[in-house]
Amino acid sequence: MASAPIAPYNSSPLGNSSSPNASRESLKMEPLADVAMLPGEERVIDKDIIYICPFNAAVKGKVFITNYRLYFKNTDSETPVTLDVPLGVISRVEKMGGASSRGENSYGLEITCKDMRNLRFALKQEGHSRRDIFEIIFKYAFPLSHGMQLFAFLSQEKYEENGWNVYEAMEEYRRQVLPNSEWRVTFINKNYELCDTYPTILVVPYKATDEDLRRVAAFRSRCRIPVLSWFHKENHAVIMRCSQPLVGMSGKRNKDDERYLDLIREANGTTKLTIYDARPNVNAVANKATGGGYEGDDAYQNAELVFLDIHNIHVMRESLKKLKDIVYPNVEESHWLSSLESTHWLEHIKLVLSGAIQVADKVSSGSSVVVHCSDGWDRTAQLTSLAMLMLDSYYRTLRGFQVLLEKEWISFGHKFASRIGHGDKNHADQDRSPIFLQFIDCVWQMTKQFPTAFEFNERLLVVILDHLYSCRFGTFLYNCESARESNNVRGKTVSLWSFVNSDTSLYINPFFTPESSRVLYPVASMRHLELWVTYYIRWNPRILHQQQSPVEQRYKELLAVRDQYLKKLEELQLSDSTHLTNSSTPNAATPNQHITHLQTPF
Amino acid sequence: MLSLGSGGAKSTKPSFVSYVTPEEIKSEKDPPKQEKHPDLLPGEVEFCSANPILKYTQDDLSQRGVFGTLFCTNFRVTFISDEKPQEKTDKTFKNKLYGENDIPLMCVDHIYGVYDEKRKLITGGLVKNKYPSKMIIHCKDLRVFQFSLTFSKEEDAKKIFQGIAHHCLEEKSLKCVFAFSYMGTPSPGTDLSFCRGFHCKNKPKLSIVLTVNSTFTLTSIFFFSFFFRMINAVAHNHLYSVKTEDLSESLPNIQDIQQSYNKFKQFFLIENSTDFWLSDVKWFSSLESSGWLDIIRQCLQKAVEVVECLEKDNTNVLITEEEGTDLCCVISSLAQIMLDPYYRTLMGFQSLVQKEWVAGCHAFLDRCNHLHQKDKEYHSPVFLLFLECVWQLVHQHSPAFQFSETYLTVLSDSVHVPVFSTFLFNSSHHRESVMKAESPLAQSGPLSCPTVWDWSVQFDSKAQNFFFNPLYLEKVKHDRAVRKPHKPKHQRNLSLPSTAFKTPPKKGFFKDETDSLKKMLRVKRLSRWRGSPDAPAATTREFFESWQHRPLDYHGLLLPCLDGPAVHIWMQRYLRWIPEVYILGGGSVAVMTKLMELLSQVQDLKRVLEQRDSSQAAKLDHRPYFQHRLLSFDSSGRLSSSFPFAYTCYRSFKPIIPTGLMQSLMVTDSLASQEDEASSVVSFV
Repeated sequence: MASAPIAPYNSSPLGNSSSPNASRESLKMEPLADVAMLPGEERVIDKDIIYICPFNAAVKGKVFITNYRLYFKNTDSETPVTLDVPLGVISRVEKMGGASSRGENSYGLEITCKDMRNLRFALKQEGHSRRDIFEIIFKYAFPLSHGMQLFAFLSQEKYEENGWNVYEAMEEYRRQVLPNSEWRVTFINKNYELCDTYPTILVVPYKATDEDLRRVAAFRSRCRIPVLSWFHKENHAVIMRCSQPLVGMSGKRNKDDERYLDLIREANGTTKLTIYDARPNVNAVANKATGGGYEGDDAYQNAELVFLDIHNIHVMRESLKKLKDIVYPNVEESHWLSSLESTHWLEHIKLVLSGAIQVADKVSSGSSVVVHCSDGWDRTAQLTSLAMLMLDSYYRTLRGFQVLLEKEWISFGHKFASRIGHGDKNHADQDRSPIFLQFIDCVWQMTKQFPTAFEFNERLLVVILDHLYSCRFGTFLYNCESARESNNVRGKTVSLWSFVNSDTSLYINPFFTPESSRVLYPVASMRHLELWVTYYIRWNPRILHQQQSPVEQRYKELLAVRDQYLKKLEELQLSDSTHLTNSSTPNAATPNQHITHLQTPF
Repeated sequence: MLSLGSGGAKSTKPSFVSYVTPEEIKSEKDPPKQEKHPDLLPGEVEFCSANPILKYTQDDLSQRGVFGTLFCTNFRVTFISDEKPQEKTDKTFKNKLYGENDIPLMCVDHIYGVYDEKRKLITGGLVKNKYPSKMIIHCKDLRVFQFSLTFSKEEDAKKIFQGIAHHCLEEKSLKCVFAFSYMGTPSPGTDLSFCRGFHCKNKPKLSIVLTVNSTFTLTSIFFFSFFFRMINAVAHNHLYSVKTEDLSESLPNIQDIQQSYNKFKQFFLIENSTDFWLSDVKWFSSLESSGWLDIIRQCLQKAVEVVECLEKDNTNVLITEEEGTDLCCVISSLAQIMLDPYYRTLMGFQSLVQKEWVAGCHAFLDRCNHLHQKDKEYHSPVFLLFLECVWQLVHQHSPAFQFSETYLTVLSDSVHVPVFSTFLFNSSHHRESVMKAESPLAQSGPLSCPTVWDWSVQFDSKAQNFFFNPLYLEKVKHDRAVRKPHKPKHQRNLSLPSTAFKTPPKKGFFKDETDSLKKMLRVKRLSRWRGSPDAPAATTREFFESWQHRPLDYHGLLLPCLDGPAVHIWMQRYLRWIPEVYILGGGSVAVMTKLMELLSQVQDLKRVLEQRDSSQAAKLDHRPYFQHRLLSFDSSGRLSSSFPFAYTCYRSFKPIIPTGLMQSLMVTDSLASQEDEASSVVSFV
């Protein structure tokens, strides 16, 4: 990180590019002002500019634009003010003021970012000074709108580990003891013929033939048939995910779909299969008009349907927009709590979490569940992955969490490209929505409530969100696996996990205590939910940011002391054994026993 | 535990419906009813009792309860279960004076009676004619008890209800407060273990309190001399500049505080799950509407302004209010905590409270309404407000404080335990005169009465370990000398114990002095202090930011961040009894457990190393960790986030699923009805 920790608004969590990692010899870093450029990064333009910092006065300095980032450094004072913003974070660039605008710093650029901040720059009014920089930012921030490539395809970064190998579908299913006598792996989607937004490897009821699957696909929106997400090793209950059935206005039925769901129920002898429809009841009804709908009582007799009342992507987008209004640039002062409530952001979090709790509770009590929303790639992904996080401690490890994201979000076709709008200039696109951010927020809420249950820390979550937008890694690019394959993302880009796993020590929670057979139920009450200040308000220097919690700091200190003492003891033991060979003192045995006794708990 | 009626199925209806008559229950519970009695404290007298009474267990969604006997004594209302106490209930953090089923009379806040499904607030008048089927007791420490009176004999039920209502609600004289019966009892011969502990431990501790008092006398004298010196100084060409700040103009008055807290506490007095989830919907705006957090913020803000004057402008501050014993105490103590790390130690904090509040003549008796006076004008949770503010500081800068939030929570509870004299009087003089009058044997001197600071009266030493913050590190000694020059400055920070040595007629000579001083100073006031309300905030903000930019020194000046998201609710105090919010196996206690495990490992290792070779041990660095007390957590079972207060032993390991979710989110926006995908193409294959 180039900036000094004194001024938190300087700190760029993305600045890890310069993190000291001597082992990466392949990284040739050219100095660009203070920040090290990434391999493959190229300088495009430098310009004198005034950064209108919302927390300080206007700052004179120089801006450097590369094909990856916007970097600003002040020139007017000793205290460093820097900005290091990947262009991928930018959602909108606007010109502010005109050549004839009056007032100081009224002529310039306004940049809206996806990570809860806006940047304003002022330029000299004479000589169309902003034209070139505006066009360059516009071009490089939205390369896809200009027939150019995303930076991830230009990056030459090399890491020891290939993060693309973190998730292998077969390996993950084998970990879940699949396939088995009840569930089989099918390659029917090998060429994305059954469903183009699903992965190639699917797990389905053993008794369902490939022909059955095809017929079921005809009755499910976008052919996203119910497939297995998670298998409970003890009670054999499963979490299935899919899209809505194509019931339509006429209330169509499909015998194959009905039979298929019954096969799921039968697999572990569940008496009643529970179908969780993530939507509010009214929305599910309204979907009939466009050919969708929900599983009716009469058609699916051995199933009960529960609506989880989670709103759609548009509601979530507006909610986050409101949240940004109250936290950036200034935190709403006088009516903080009611303003926070009026954004509904935490209420949405509460609904998603309580939905996931219900799913997890049902599964751990031995009943299989089916989860869907409309298309089964937004709310469904949130619910299944959160429920899996509650049920399976593996997903709470650093590796496991990567697998969870790769599996439930990336491989099952959460439409990252549409929701985030990578490299696309159309900032008002109705398809954009912070669904994944909302999920990460839910995970954060869980880590807050269970500070010892997760192997990874908050920093990992922030890094994931930063690179959700940055376009430096290929991990979150494209909408589904088939698109990723045809663009050879694995071959041409670096995975975020290559980067993360190159220095895992940064992301480890020291308090992590593995407990394998424990279901984690967070409390989905507003009493416990809190705004993730260190993410949403991290640009504001006035909000107290503790780099590291005092407890964590103390714990790490104590760990170091313990290791130091252990080393000393070891040395003493060694010298003892040499002593023993020389002169056998009868007392020497006692401390040794002590030591072995002490070492066991570590 | 008896499960009645719904038998475990989710019953959302809050009222209890019994399908069993008392006779049936008696026949079920065949063994002859053996009379159970509470273990009485010395001086405690039983007034009345009733059996069987059903106490509802809050832990469950279903309306279940435990049968037992309800007693009312001159100290408490207590419920003794008919069931054999489980061995497991042996807690590390147990109050020796009262248990989880005891309510000290002083701790009762409100009593509600349920008559034919209708809930009524019980006041004196209602008591005489009818007794309710269900009695709900709200406690000042925010516990809620619900008893069904329908199972016991009518006269018993009536008697216990009237007894409790009388002793908890009726106005009484100070003499009737249990402390006087308690201390009047001869101690030898009592077999209660705490007594022994108390008496042998009492002496040294008491002497500490005495020193505190004598210190106060000194500071008071210092005050007086300083006062006149200051007046002189101001008159004779300002050697010091002085700012006065009239708190009654800039802060809410005690009635505002009282009203706000009354609203605020209601959100935590939860009687059942349905209420809980209903109130969850508008949680944030409810909190805000009470204004309580805002009052906390204002007090902290004011204290920061005072600190700014002292620290940055080197200006003396004179804070005044009408009587100088309410908000003056709050602001002055807060400023001292921010300025002087001594007051962030446990002993320092106690002496601060003793100095600024007890000796400073905060009218505890009136403000806490210990005597249930009907006149509401004088009641106000000012001391609690102070503790709240301290909690905010503790929460934001935990390593700077030697005491823990548990300590603050226990202290806030102890105000309502009528065993201690500390918070029982309106002033020192009041205390002395009452004590003299009440002493049965004049020759044996004034009565000795336990002070709240003798924590061994309430907790054994293991439990007291929870008062200490494991993150606190003492400052290395030699630095203290460096700090010394700053000291006098801190003492210039004045509070005005206007009634210090004069009692009830509160407007004494001191008040007059203040007034004349105020008049003199009026000319000297800096304009910005009095200027528009935004002005001081802006400079204070600057002051805070410049402090924030310096590296944080936990033994130096400490300022709170007062932005909206930085002010929190004192979760431990307010949510500790609400089972819906218990995080099983989570919360900060999970982290503390880990920290303590590691600390004990390190301490063991150090011991081994020392045994091995004392010369080696000397070489080991003198890290201050080793002074820390180890907290012993119950290893049996998983702790919940409300540890060490509530224990979840009854509830099964089931998640709590919020109810009434849809009511919460009425998104009327047209967006809500839109489809996820703009082009809602549904593929038919």
